[in-house]
Amino acid sequence: MRVYLTAVRLSLRRYLAYRSSALAGAFTNTVFGCLRALVLIALWKQKPELSGWDQTDAVTYAFVTQGLVTPMGIFMNSTELGPRIRSGDVAVDLYRPVDFQAWWLSLDLGRALGAGMLRTVPPVVVGSLLFPVRLPTSPLPWAEFVVCCGIGYLISFGLRYLASLVAFWTMDERGTASILVAVGMFCSGLIIPLSIVPGTLGAVLLHTPWAAVAQMPINVLLGTQSGGFGYAVAFASVWAVLLLVAGRLVTDAARHKVVVQGG
Amino acid sequence: MADTETDDRPYWGPAAYLLLVRMWMRSASQYRVSLVLTTLAQLFTTCLDLIAILVIYTHVQTIAGFTLPETLYLYGTTRLAFGLSDIVASGVEDLPTMIRMGDFDLVLIRPVSSLAQVLADQFTPKRFGKLVTPVLTLGWALHALPVHWTAARIAVCVGTVVCGFVLYCALWVLTGCISFVAVDAQEVANSFTYGSENATEYPLTIFGRPLGLALTFVLPVAFVTWQPSLYVLGHADPFGLPGFLRFASPLAAALLSGLAALAWRGCVRHYRSTGS
Repeated sequence: MRVYLTAVRLSLRRYLAYRSSALAGAFTNTVFGCLRALVLIALWKQKPELSGWDQTDAVTYAFVTQGLVTPMGIFMNSTELGPRIRSGDVAVDLYRPVDFQAWWLSLDLGRALGAGMLRTVPPVVVGSLLFPVRLPTSPLPWAEFVVCCGIGYLISFGLRYLASLVAFWTMDERGTASILVAVGMFCSGLIIPLSIVPGTLGAVLLHTPWAAVAQMPINVLLGTQSGGFGYAVAFASVWAVLLLVAGRLVTDAARHKVVVQGG
Repeated sequence: MADTETDDRPYWGPAAYLLLVRMWMRSASQYRVSLVLTTLAQLFTTCLDLIAILVIYTHVQTIAGFTLPETLYLYGTTRLAFGLSDIVASGVEDLPTMIRMGDFDLVLIRPVSSLAQVLADQFTPKRFGKLVTPVLTLGWALHALPVHWTAARIAVCVGTVVCGFVLYCALWVLTGCISFVAVDAQEVANSFTYGSENATEYPLTIFGRPLGLALTFVLPVAFVTWQPSLYVLGHADPFGLPGFLRFASPLAAALLSGLAALAWRGCVRHYRSTGS
């Protein structure tokens, strides 16, 4: 267990070493938060109550999603594993006396924690200074939010890990991975809140694994999740377990497939 | 936008650019499956904002006084202009990596325009995928708009895309210059490029007067689509700006291009290698 914690710690330290780069990213997240918020405000001005949200909820949503983009890896098309499979460096990783999946989870978790520290707070704080937002003052919703984000992160890792493993078969994960980003951007509710998408599409979107990555944690934070915290946790856990187990099975299959080129 | 010493260069800037593009295209087409999938991903990504606009219009009839065909006209012209500029100039996005890895030193010692090399860097045909959705959307919007097409309107409509393309290209080069000053600030550039792409596909009114005026006179992206479209769509300017601004896009494009050329020259002249 200690080796994984060390991996998390070192990966976190590496992320924190590039602080100015992360802060530049936080600036961009804030700009995009403002743009999305203003679009949503234009909509809510005409429909003051939409899917149980008022304008303040919508604005809060715009900034918290921007805060979650990087830690949740919504724009990331795979893990750092993908390029290593392409280049062949993965042979070294397969020799390590650690569990392959847990090793990459640890490294990615360090990155996510670093991003959470440097890139989540600025957009939300600046957003709350510029616009009226609704952030709970009691600790309970925040604790529930953090739990939901944790499980949502496992889902995000599970998806990106599977996308990276594709490279064992195709030699280049970038194609499948870029499709994953495009689908994920929309299905996680980054472009538009999933709760206001009408009809069948809306119903489907609320049940994909991405729904638990950003939309559900924010619903829990705002207290508008139907079925409450319990439903959000149960839903997210089912997807997280399914994806991590699938990742494990595919890892085993890949181990049998890989041929190390000697030289 | 050539550099200072052009005398002993074997190729004229644009010709060198096209040669380099051809080279990168051949390189990208080595991974065929990946190329097809990434092109599809680009196509799909440009649909996302379209879906967002359609979702918004299932709830309301107009946004800031603009109907669905009118907003889709803004979306189509913006995305078409941006997509074209992305094809030509988004190689600039690799500049920070080039500078950090010291590869920009190599760019400078080659007898070819540095800007041509940087713009052509990592050129990939997948970017053409970005044009499909805007073209189809614009086609539908032009069909659905209740606009009486005069020669002047058609000219302004075509001019919108051309000037928008030039404005965005200038913006790519200007944001590329950021990485000469602060190599870590790569993502700040995205606020200006992708941010303005996102901003101009909606009626500018939704951003309010102060931000709307800033996007007109400071970062002049209002001239990409908004100002000329007010003329084409026959809308009064909600900010009450003078009418001649609707035809000022060529001027804005020329000014921003000039600024970009000056900034690029200045940055290259003061470039210091990272030395690692």
